[in-house]
Amino acid sequence: MIEIKGVTKSFGEKPVLRGVDLTINTGESIVIIGRSGCGKSVLLKHLIGLIQPDTGNIIIDGEDITQMKEADLYRMRRNFGVLFQSSALFDSMTVRDNIALELEEHTDKPIEEIDQIVAERLRMVGLPDTEALKPAELSGGMKKRVGLARAIAFSPSYVLYDEPTTGLDPIMADIINELIVNLKEKLDVTSIIVTHDMVSAYKIADRIVMLHRGVIMYDGTPDEIRSTDNEVVRQFIEGQADGPIKPVPVGGPSLRYHRSG
Amino acid sequence: MRHAISKLGKDTITFFEEAGAIFMLLGKILSYSGRVFKDWHLLLQQMMTIGFRSLPIVMMIGLFTGAVSAWQTNYQISGYVPIRYLGLATYKAVIIELGPVLTAIILAGRVGASIAAELGTMKVTEQIDALESLAINAVRYLAAPRFFAAVIMMPILVVFADFIAISGAWFVAVVFLDIPTKIFFSEIPQFFIVYDIFAGLFKALFFGGIISLIGCYVGFSTTGGAEGVGKSTIRSFVLSAILILIFDYLLAIILF
Repeated sequence: MIEIKGVTKSFGEKPVLRGVDLTINTGESIVIIGRSGCGKSVLLKHLIGLIQPDTGNIIIDGEDITQMKEADLYRMRRNFGVLFQSSALFDSMTVRDNIALELEEHTDKPIEEIDQIVAERLRMVGLPDTEALKPAELSGGMKKRVGLARAIAFSPSYVLYDEPTTGLDPIMADIINELIVNLKEKLDVTSIIVTHDMVSAYKIADRIVMLHRGVIMYDGTPDEIRSTDNEVVRQFIEGQADGPIKPVPVGGPSLRYHRSG
Repeated sequence: MRHAISKLGKDTITFFEEAGAIFMLLGKILSYSGRVFKDWHLLLQQMMTIGFRSLPIVMMIGLFTGAVSAWQTNYQISGYVPIRYLGLATYKAVIIELGPVLTAIILAGRVGASIAAELGTMKVTEQIDALESLAINAVRYLAAPRFFAAVIMMPILVVFADFIAISGAWFVAVVFLDIPTKIFFSEIPQFFIVYDIFAGLFKALFFGGIISLIGCYVGFSTTGGAEGVGKSTIRSFVLSAILILIFDYLLAIILF
């Protein structure tokens, strides 16, 4: 179980998280939605200690990672797999080496066994026999799937997905959604997915929370969120320009059109 | 005026913050000095990249450094100092100063900028976050092998540079200045001091550390996509080159 208690984070003068409270139960798939730049990815990076909060606590399986020594933090990270928005595959390595790296670094398994695990993970994500390819030879969807294979190579308890379907065509996005659902069932993992793709959110979530203005402002099941009368949530899930959420002005006044008369 | 003072204050704070961050990175890298030899495959890979693949350019620089030294020394001493001292003057200049410093400046461009660009690209494409998420310490995995490879390979490269430079000087002396080989080398044994060679190689080792440390620091602190990586590449070279010249002076005071 993950408990996020009163987490705040600012970058310079800009507050991003203003007191996030959230509990993620073991085995559930929770989707965190919110506008681009609202701090979803920042929150995700807090969960593995890539970013330290200014205040607040993050308790994972009873241990507060904000108080951990570096060695303990690295030990804790082995329970996590992360699929990054950009896939973040290591350019200089083959697909095989990307997936095998964590196993080679943290275990004494023989090469043959590691190769078997790599092959199995690649089969799970639907990319068998691609071990020898380099990331530059892969399409965007393939990169995501290799990233996913790498994330689950060490059999983690938690898998974090940062915008898993962003930049993919709808068919490939659905393939990734199917994979997330299937992997949860096969590997019995807790999934934490950050996205603003509502099609994806409805498909994979047991629970959806919305991060807005640095706090969790909605928490409910997909059915509950569909029927909510919360105007902010409605505007977001229906993707409407007009509503309580104002566009962020870029280098000038609001970009919204103001109707007159 | 007030604006200028405020800017000076901010720049001073930034300078000390950055200097502190560089020293902290150095401390972390040194804390992996035992582990780096366990990760011998990473170290070997970097020794190949930083050392072996730099050999052609280092040898070319050495050749022309020696050639120019011989020609210009001849121009400066002719009429004042007996020509038999030409070889000795060139040898001393190369071993103590030109070999280590010029090789270091070249490697700041070839190796330091390359480290900054590689790590900077990894930073902006989240590859460093990915490494950390796999519970692999980026300083241990990326910075330590590069640092120790540079520290080990730099003196070796300088030995090659020195040898080629003296050969270049000898070639120019014999072919273009009509100085016989025997005369060119005649005074070197008399003034040969082993300490000079070790001091030159110590400078090389030190410069290797500066180049790789700055490359790693600048790479890790890269922000802002492709433009940021470009800026980091330039910043790494400029910072390394300045530090090499400053520490060359400081080491000259300490060593000689």
